[in-house]
Amino acid sequence: MSETARVSLTLNGEPRTVEIGAGRTLLDTLRWELDLTGTKECCAAGECGACTVYLDGEAVNSCLVLAAEADGREVTTIEGLGSGGRLSRLQEAFLETGAIQCGFCIPGMVVAADALLRETPRPTLDEVLQGLSGNLCRCGGYTRICAAVLRAAGAADVTG
Amino acid sequence: MHGFAFVAPTAQAEVTGLLEEHGSEARLLAGGTDLVVGLRTGAIRPRVVVDLKRVAELRPGLSDAGGRLAISATTPLSRVVRDGRVRQWFPALAEAAATVGSIQIRNRATLAGNICNASPAADTVPALLVYGAEVVIAGRAGERRLPLDRFLLGPRRTALGRDELVTSIELARPGAGTFAAFGRLTRRRGVDLATISVCCSVDAAGVTRFAFGAVAPTPFLVADESGVLADPDADPETKDRVLAELTGLARPISDVRGSREYRQAMLMVVSRRLLRSVVDGRGKG
Repeated sequence: MSETARVSLTLNGEPRTVEIGAGRTLLDTLRWELDLTGTKECCAAGECGACTVYLDGEAVNSCLVLAAEADGREVTTIEGLGSGGRLSRLQEAFLETGAIQCGFCIPGMVVAADALLRETPRPTLDEVLQGLSGNLCRCGGYTRICAAVLRAAGAADVTG
Repeated sequence: MHGFAFVAPTAQAEVTGLLEEHGSEARLLAGGTDLVVGLRTGAIRPRVVVDLKRVAELRPGLSDAGGRLAISATTPLSRVVRDGRVRQWFPALAEAAATVGSIQIRNRATLAGNICNASPAADTVPALLVYGAEVVIAGRAGERRLPLDRFLLGPRRTALGRDELVTSIELARPGAGTFAAFGRLTRRRGVDLATISVCCSVDAAGVTRFAFGAVAPTPFLVADESGVLADPDADPETKDRVLAELTGLARPISDVRGSREYRQAMLMVVSRRLLRSVVDGRGKG
């Protein structure tokens, strides 16, 4: 048995293959092997959500996934949310609403919010709070983050 | 992270073979939400990590036959929460599973992992105990079943033998007239371990069951068969006496989430509250 693993995955729609140590997490592999540094490392224990990515269409903490587990799977990161060089509607809404302060939690917030909107296209504020309960913002910018998600969902501006 | 080999077998026999060969040096990976944290901190240092998610016999899913629901070992909690049968037949389990971590965690974490991790604070265990869950175990010698309360031996300790793994968790559909609810106390909403957790059920015969979590080395089950707790007209002081006897069996510790005294006091409060909602639901149902 080898302590390295060969991992082939579909990353933001493109096939990629990496050779990595079996203990490497998906998060480390994205950042250090695949040069996608949009996904952030913060708590590294599944509590803050900064490393949220899609794995086979479901939002997961990439710090808690071994890269080897992603072999043959589809991974979408923050870099893969827009299309044709344009930001997604949700990303635009984060900018328009001033939801971004230091920005560190934002990639994880956006992926988690994107997952929420796929399942619940017209969420209530309470549903947004539930949907983002796995994501922490150190700046405490929750009000505008929630407003951005509601705005992307077509709700009236609630930032005041 | 220290070095280990990663294997992703496709047949259950390969898993039991690896367990037999490596014993405690092998660790099984389902959702990984506890294991990967342990690997990173070095608290867990296996020689081989065995991913169960490609094993044909363990494919994620819930199936029902003859009034029993089987939840396979790799089924993520988000799927358990969404399942119509779980919501209808085992609502307190759906409530409990929905409180685990966050959406990101529930998309990975499994019910089997929650019981195998054997944390005193495991969120789904009180509900599983109240519903009389049975653990299906496979090993080189074949299959065996254990009631969950005999599977959990202590903090981080289960009845699994060297070559054994949990393949599914089974629940018998409760009889008509059973009502149950789950409650939990945390410091914040979302992504926190329970300070205490309680599941309460009342069946058609008037037996009240409680399972308490995070207040003893393992979550545990108690029952009032006198019918006093289930009786909406019983004197509140008599009820409290019965409830105090049951909650008095807890042996909480003091830690960062609460003191022993706080846990003991809140166990009574949360139990009383849950009992009221279950008895009310029963009255309306």
